[in-house]
Amino acid sequence: MRITCPICGERDRREFTYRGAALPRPAEDADLDAWHAYVNLRENPAGPLDELWHHEMGCGAWLKVRRNTATHEIHEVTLASDAGLGGAA
Amino acid sequence: MRLPGKGLIAGGKPVTFSFNGQHMMGLEGDTLASALLANGVHLVGRSFKYHRPRGILTAGSEEPNALVIIGRGSHQDPNVRATTQELYEGLSARSQNCWPSVEHDVMAVNDLAAPFLGAGFYYKTFMWPAAFWEKLYEPLIRRAAGLGALSGAADTDAYEKAYAFCDLLVIGSGPAGLMAALTAARAGADVILAEEDSRMGGRLLAEDEEVDGMPAHLWVAEVLEELSAMENVRLMTRTAVTGAYDQGTYGALERVAHHKPRRHSLKDSHLPRECFWRIAAKRAVLAAGAIERPVAFRNNDRPGIMTASAVRAYLNRWGVTPGERVTVFANNDDAHRTARDLAAAGVHVAALIDSRHDAPDSEMFPVIKGAQVCDAGGRKRLESITVRSVAGEEKIQTDCLAMSGGWNPSVHLTCHLNARPTWRRDIAAFVPTPGAVPGMVTAGACNGEFSTAGALREGAKAAEQSLEALGLKATASDLPQAEDDPYRISPLWEVPGKGRAWLDFQNDVTVKDVQQAAGENFRSVEHMKRYTTQGMATDQGKNSNVAALAVLADATGRSIPETGTTTFRPPFVPVSIGAMGAGAAGQGFKPQRFLTSHKASEERGAHQLEVGLWYRAAYFPKAGETNWRQSCDREVTLVRNHVGICDVSTLGKIDIQGPDAGKLLDYVYTNTFSTLKVGRARYGLMLREDGFVMDDGTTARLGEQHYVMTTTTAAAGQVMAHLEYVSQALRPDWDVRIVSVTEQWAQFAVAGPKARALLNALLDDEIDSDSWPFMACGDVAVMGVSGRLFRISFSGEEAYELAVPARYGDALFRELVSRAEGLGGGAYGMEALNVLRIEKGFITHAEINGTVTALDLGMQGMMSQKKDFVGKPMSRREGLMAEDRAQLVGLKPIGAVKQLTAGAHLFNPEEPVERIFDQGYVTSACFSPTLGQSVALAFLSHGRDRIGEKVRLVDHMRGIDALCEVVEPQFYDPEGGRARG
Amino acid sequence: MRFSGWRVLKEGLTGNKGWRPHWRDPEPKREYDVIIIGGGGHGLATAYYLAAEHGITNVAVLERGYIGGGNVGRNTTIVRANYYLPGNSEFYSHSLRLWESLEQDLNYNAMMSQRGMINLFHNDGQRDAIVRRGNAVINQGDDAELLDRDGVRRLAPFLNFDSNRFPIMGGLLQRRAGTARHDAVAWGFARGADTRGVDLIQNCEVTGIDVENGRVTGVQTVRGPIRAKKVALAAAGRSGQVAAMAGLTLPIESHVLQAFVSEGIKPIIDHVITFAEGHLYISQSDKGGLVFGSYLDFYSSYAARGNLPMVEHTMETCMAMVPAVGKARLLRSWGGIMDMTPDGSPIIDHAPIDGLYLNCGWCYGGFKATPGSGNVYAHLIATDRPHGAATGFKLDRFRSGIGLMDEEGTGAQHNLH
Repeated sequence: MRITCPICGERDRREFTYRGAALPRPAEDADLDAWHAYVNLRENPAGPLDELWHHEMGCGAWLKVRRNTATHEIHEVTLASDAGLGGAA
Repeated sequence: MRLPGKGLIAGGKPVTFSFNGQHMMGLEGDTLASALLANGVHLVGRSFKYHRPRGILTAGSEEPNALVIIGRGSHQDPNVRATTQELYEGLSARSQNCWPSVEHDVMAVNDLAAPFLGAGFYYKTFMWPAAFWEKLYEPLIRRAAGLGALSGAADTDAYEKAYAFCDLLVIGSGPAGLMAALTAARAGADVILAEEDSRMGGRLLAEDEEVDGMPAHLWVAEVLEELSAMENVRLMTRTAVTGAYDQGTYGALERVAHHKPRRHSLKDSHLPRECFWRIAAKRAVLAAGAIERPVAFRNNDRPGIMTASAVRAYLNRWGVTPGERVTVFANNDDAHRTARDLAAAGVHVAALIDSRHDAPDSEMFPVIKGAQVCDAGGRKRLESITVRSVAGEEKIQTDCLAMSGGWNPSVHLTCHLNARPTWRRDIAAFVPTPGAVPGMVTAGACNGEFSTAGALREGAKAAEQSLEALGLKATASDLPQAEDDPYRISPLWEVPGKGRAWLDFQNDVTVKDVQQAAGENFRSVEHMKRYTTQGMATDQGKNSNVAALAVLADATGRSIPETGTTTFRPPFVPVSIGAMGAGAAGQGFKPQRFLTSHKASEERGAHQLEVGLWYRAAYFPKAGETNWRQSCDREVTLVRNHVGICDVSTLGKIDIQGPDAGKLLDYVYTNTFSTLKVGRARYGLMLREDGFVMDDGTTARLGEQHYVMTTTTAAAGQVMAHLEYVSQALRPDWDVRIVSVTEQWAQFAVAGPKARALLNALLDDEIDSDSWPFMACGDVAVMGVSGRLFRISFSGEEAYELAVPARYGDALFRELVSRAEGLGGGAYGMEALNVLRIEKGFITHAEINGTVTALDLGMQGMMSQKKDFVGKPMSRREGLMAEDRAQLVGLKPIGAVKQLTAGAHLFNPEEPVERIFDQGYVTSACFSPTLGQSVALAFLSHGRDRIGEKVRLVDHMRGIDALCEVVEPQFYDPEGGRARG
Repeated sequence: MRFSGWRVLKEGLTGNKGWRPHWRDPEPKREYDVIIIGGGGHGLATAYYLAAEHGITNVAVLERGYIGGGNVGRNTTIVRANYYLPGNSEFYSHSLRLWESLEQDLNYNAMMSQRGMINLFHNDGQRDAIVRRGNAVINQGDDAELLDRDGVRRLAPFLNFDSNRFPIMGGLLQRRAGTARHDAVAWGFARGADTRGVDLIQNCEVTGIDVENGRVTGVQTVRGPIRAKKVALAAAGRSGQVAAMAGLTLPIESHVLQAFVSEGIKPIIDHVITFAEGHLYISQSDKGGLVFGSYLDFYSSYAARGNLPMVEHTMETCMAMVPAVGKARLLRSWGGIMDMTPDGSPIIDHAPIDGLYLNCGWCYGGFKATPGSGNVYAHLIATDRPHGAATGFKLDRFRSGIGLMDEEGTGAQHNLH
């Protein structure tokens, strides 16, 4: 598997670590259901999924990767900093 | 028998080798199989289940029968295919899975018991009595298990792994592969041409035909000459592409030194045995050819019965005829070439039996049309075949039968990403489904195009397609002339009749087994495979899967495409664990991280411990100390009474700078750091987003916008990734930069009542308790070197951590230890560090085990109510706030001094020692020389309410059962006066 | 038909013509008392125990492909009961006891082989964690022994004792642990359920779950609608997608776990051996193949195949710990889809829809759980109360944080368990 880091270019999967679905963090005062959904529940699609990868052995960038979980095809890679995952601060 | 002057290796250097102790001669360029055939050896091995005598079936890596062992001891290599093992001077091979010899194998008695050993028999018996499975049945079965044997000694050969990159990977070097590589290379693409065989050319080396008006092998040589002169081409022989993976990644195994004698020349001595390649290819052309399939008939497994193409290859490439009176059995035109080539070479062809009524005639040999071979005679070597036709049955004397049930395109790699191949009725075979592997196109025989002209055409076209995708343009050139015969076939999978007809030769799966499986409702092809073990031998079903599928389809009244196919999984050919695990033997398994003090510690005789990837000194034994406890106790005492030096550089150090550095720390720690004064450090607790404790450590503020965070050794990487995640993904709006500086600083704990005195002898400017109170930090100069000093304590004594750039670490450690020794102290290691911290109730990852909360640790007071921080919302969940959770306590033994042990469980003294009464567990334990007794830290249900109560500590593993008193988890100086000094 | 040595003998003498199908291929009925979605090990075991222990035989197992084709047919066949957290301990203990009588119960030789398992440890921290585990196992009533380095050497002399990057310090031995022939487990349960009247319906993908007024009423399939009073999920890696048909989102991420088998070689490894450093588990099948595996590939996947980094990592672990197998050749690799939960432990519970039941989240551990899972799930479906050995597998624990069973201590990141 190879992932194209927007900063470094195409690299082997070994340089990256995986976190899981890219979900926005709820506000601190959001209810337990919202937090439960964020921390535990997963749509877990067999198809395209926005997920978080970390170019840990490369530039250190966190990436949002749109990847098909059934075929492993990678559709798009962007910086996680542009993904608006911080939620309501 | 070798035919003088025949074959591509004719005139080669003679090579001596031995097989089962017998010395023989072969030629340079021989495989072990061709050399054995040249020496008239047909009986090579025994089958897996029935121990049937077996010869050589094929001339390639798909060989199921002719498997041998080469080498002994740490070099012993089992299951070596005689058909791919190149001959070298002194090669010594022996048969396997037979005892006492391949000629006389006691286990052949299994063949007589075959009626009771059919498909799945073991699922139906060996059940009574129940205890006999492990005691009797399984040992018997295991004794019979397996093919070749490993020696049991560690494999000491060298293996390598490597990466390669290219525009176009061409897999296979037959006419299609050569044409594809040539076309792409001429257009300027970076090409890798990978060929499994020792020599490029594929079937062109095995056929008597012309390409471009010259003998095919000469055309191959011409193309190779052109390719090898091009800088953008890499030719890789002996390299099997083993797997297709995502985004154009391919695995490939290069057999680097298998064709060389063990004691090879100095020039070659650096060569690894094998090299496993990871090839990243923008595009790929699969030109892997096809594999000829046998026909199932009674006793079709006898030595001397081979595939027709293999017989032709032995003749045309190696100049060997496997028999002197050969017969051919076929259902297609292609196999007629075998009879033709043999006859032309002067070998007697007794008959060609073709199942088709419209088979072509020949003037060179008799053709029996509309007939089938229904039995074979001879046990260790074929003696005769029985031919059945409308005229009845006829026995023909023959010592070699060349059979062909048609060809199976090598679609394997196209299935590795889960695609299924497509059935083509006209050629009675599966072909690749287009687009099966993104970026890969298929050409030639593996695509179902069996003529040489067709392969050349498809190879060129595949290259052009690939070039277009690469943005390159093919240069126009004419295709060479070659044979363009149509492939005519009429399916024939099995010859009906009594007796056993083999499908999977090695695993001894017969037509009857598949039919029985179908009858027992193992109708799915996967069920049949698993029930009969069809296709699970070392050839991975290459010779038999399609025929077995056809038999199953027939038995279940379905068509072949309806019946489906099993999936081909990587690797295409078996790959040694040594090659794919190259570099990991011994110390190579993981990187080794050494402290700057490592050498000095070693010189002092320190015992080293692995801590993650690091090596740290466990203790520094002095003369007369005979076990670690004596050293540890001494080191603890010297810290408590004098001063000790310990290298703490393994702790993670993260430099955090920027206007929003304080905000980031407030967000990742439960407590507040933005209000910390410059020049002060603070202990912090960090949660995961699920509310459990991730890590702890001390973070110091060195400037308005500059902090340096300390993590535990174990969590250094995790915390760094976490900070990057928070700063990039969650709070990209904050202006803050973080970088790991763990390796940049050497940091030493200087701990004990004489710590300050020691430091003042080293520091350019003296310190005192007012200017450097507890938790102070700042820049210092150490004998002229800029460093940092932190007044923090993990021992409970007045202690400092002194950090200098790593290049001064060795010198500083030596200086500190020598000065400490002058003050009655010295170096201390991990064991003493651990005792010191347990005495103080300080936690490590023995306590922060991933399932504890701040509340469990008694640190609920560090959870700021005023701000959001990672983990805060989920830490308030009912289950994390529950009163009955296990809480951190201390334990002291009651009565005579007893050992307390980590991993022990806790019970109420009056209750049984059973799971449902479990009250908690011990996380850390030690003998405290300071207190003169054993102490422990533990998590105990309702623990903080039970101070003063008794619990029973039980460690079945170590045979310890001790009554303990529950105490506060600080055993020594609970007020902390000593650290504050 | 009862299987026995005599039967094999008799059939052998009469041309093996008397063997009968191990199970029928019935047409689906219009309605069942219970429909089980998923014909893998757990689904088949559930059907068997519903029939055998609760007398509920009007049951259909609906399988998208062929029975036993999921994780029960693609694992490393290890059976053990050495979990240490409450909730898990008692369940795996219960499951191991069922394993021990399974073949007699099913009249099917699943080659349950209690050859013993050794978990190696390499440093003090690992030793203390393993001791905690071993003590929990004893407290539960199962067996565990602590071996020192020489004790390990006596059982497995071929391990790397001399030049190991992480020297072997000792091991935890569970003698009752071992392996079983994975396919035969599925087939044995299938045959046992079929014999008792359960309909096993293959090639019958479920495409929808019918819910009326908060109660499940049946399912839609590619072979038409089927009504049911109760519908029970046993879809492993596909659980999330099946649950979505009923409008549920589960705390599950699906991940690929690869497994490996070598060419057949003469017996060299007699036990199941696991390494904490690098995470390898290896045993040798009765046919001679080394069967082994390591971590997940770590990324979400439904592809049932993996990539090279974890393949190579697994082989590297072999070379580090068992360099004697360097010349054994990897024959096949494959992938299974693991239903990973946030605490690494499973869910067997009512769904928040009446008549709908959940059995999922088995992570790496599904095979050893097969009889236990079927047994306690059948109990839940039949009685609507959790079985005493499975009271901890609540769906709500992730929300409430009560009774989380995080054996690895890696927290709510699904792929880290």
